[in-house]
Amino acid sequence: MSASAEERNARTPWALTAPALMLFVGVLLIPLAMTVMLSFHDWGQYKGIEPVFILKNWREIATDPYYAEMFGRTFRIAILTTLLTALLGAPEAYILNRMGGRWKSVFLLVILGPLLISVVARTLGWALLFGGNNGLVNKLLMSAGLIRAPIPFMFTETGMVVALAHVMMPFMVLSVWAALQRLDPQIENAALSLGAGPVTIIRRIIMPQIMPGVLSGAIIVFSLSASAFATPAIIGGRRLKVAATLAYDEFLNTLNWPLGAAVATLLLAALVLIVVGSNALIERRYAEVFR
Amino acid sequence: MAYLELDRVAKQFGAQTVVDDFSLSVRKGEFISFLGPSGCGKTTTLQMIAGFLDPTRGTIRLEGKDLTAIHPAKRGLGIVFQSYALFPHMTAAENVAFGLEMRNVPRGERTERVRAALAMVGLAGYEDRHPRRMSGGQQQRVALARALVIKPSVLLLDEPLSNLDAKLREEMQIELRQIQRTIGTTTILVTHDQNEAMSLSDRIVVMSQGRIEQIGTPQETYEKPASAFVSQFLGKTNDFAATIDRASAPARLIAGSWSAPAPAGRNGPVTISIRPERIDFGDAGLSAKIVTRIFQGNHWLFQCESECGPATVIRQNDGRSQPAEGEAVHLTWRPEDMDVRGVA
Repeated sequence: MSASAEERNARTPWALTAPALMLFVGVLLIPLAMTVMLSFHDWGQYKGIEPVFILKNWREIATDPYYAEMFGRTFRIAILTTLLTALLGAPEAYILNRMGGRWKSVFLLVILGPLLISVVARTLGWALLFGGNNGLVNKLLMSAGLIRAPIPFMFTETGMVVALAHVMMPFMVLSVWAALQRLDPQIENAALSLGAGPVTIIRRIIMPQIMPGVLSGAIIVFSLSASAFATPAIIGGRRLKVAATLAYDEFLNTLNWPLGAAVATLLLAALVLIVVGSNALIERRYAEVFR
Repeated sequence: MAYLELDRVAKQFGAQTVVDDFSLSVRKGEFISFLGPSGCGKTTTLQMIAGFLDPTRGTIRLEGKDLTAIHPAKRGLGIVFQSYALFPHMTAAENVAFGLEMRNVPRGERTERVRAALAMVGLAGYEDRHPRRMSGGQQQRVALARALVIKPSVLLLDEPLSNLDAKLREEMQIELRQIQRTIGTTTILVTHDQNEAMSLSDRIVVMSQGRIEQIGTPQETYEKPASAFVSQFLGKTNDFAATIDRASAPARLIAGSWSAPAPAGRNGPVTISIRPERIDFGDAGLSAKIVTRIFQGNHWLFQCESECGPATVIRQNDGRSQPAEGEAVHLTWRPEDMDVRGVA
């Protein structure tokens, strides 16, 4: 092969990926860089945005306990949501995997169903069921005399965790299910024949093998929950802000774009660190199962 | 005295009968093979012994005790699966130790037995390897060690060698036989490979469509097949259409230009079958023409076109000259080497 042909071949992959690469740079990298830069600009009620380089916004986030509380709430909700989806989703995936052909496809559709409905509609559903005195469930329980006051759900962290877990469940179930597909179909029989009971089989044989699936599902659920907007906005409202709703308010209500940009940048940086870090840990810990 | 006994065992899935009327008694220390094509019910029978499936009818007894009443985890049988089903998150030693842990064997004894079991299958020094870092043959040995370390009353092997390449499979066959002879564990092997069944077992159970076709030693099933299915499944065979002529005296069995005194009993059209290695070339007999001649080292393989249809002949390479392709020959065999059956 001549030198120029070789050169042309080396350039081919670049040429082929160029359109997608340009789209990626144009709609993701450049706006992201602009947001980061924006977080260092100044802002005033009357002067608007001033393109200068100052640390005012970052200093405010670091010193004002309001932001610490808000980021604390964001990650607390994300962690609890992740735990809830793991606790419910892993058994759900295991049961789904053991179902017979017809039922399996029916229930897979049931599990994936929520993904087909808008997040807003799903979250408003919770509001209809538990929203104060007029919530359907609250009304029923109160008229049955089981509870005196409505179950507090709207504008509570518990409500946000429950609603988010509902939204995120398919991601956890699918992730664990994928791990279950890799299991040798005879592995439970093998353990059974060696004298293991059902609890031991789950704990010693199944759990260690689906752990990577649970953990990668956890990473997805955690990062989506920490950056979720619609569910916290509807359930938490103005009273219980999380990072995403705060950034939204700074941008569109206060019009303090630089401060909103700083909040958004901090959330992104924290998520990237957590996700990359835990991914590296998981891959090292479960090297043998992943091979 | 039967050690393991299956009495008229049957298994149905819905309306479909997968195993029917399966009766077998196994002596202690015996090596039995369930041989048959896929879907013949051999694996289903093995799974009923293991307890992964419950028989629809019939009983399975081990040393006189009803095995079907015992939970699979308490049966104490060693099983090697086709896919090995090793625990990928455990090392070889941990895999082998699992059954002993479940039996609460103290740690010191456990370590010693695991070491001995791995040494027995030739894997000393591989204790800390994970299964996914081992070759197919090594994984197979770990699976065997894991099944044997619990000193099972019966060892069940479900097509354990089918995932290995030909050379390794032959080595493992010899090794499996030696290990089984040494420790004397009663063993049941499920296989679709007739060579494997013949070289390993004391007795073969030939199965077809859920039923037992024949139970016998490898030699019996090969030399005296009970049915056309058995003779075709175990090795190659030639089937020729023939007639028994009782009009002439003495009565004769006639296949083309080959004939012999007729056996007692039958009359009219019959099928005769003869193994390829029992046919010789002679001066008289069934007229045939050699179509292809293949040299295979220790023997010659001939495909012939005879008066009664295609015929396969195998001749030892004993140094004598052999007929060439296209040559006209006569096929002949001793009457006692053939099997005469009625026309189906």
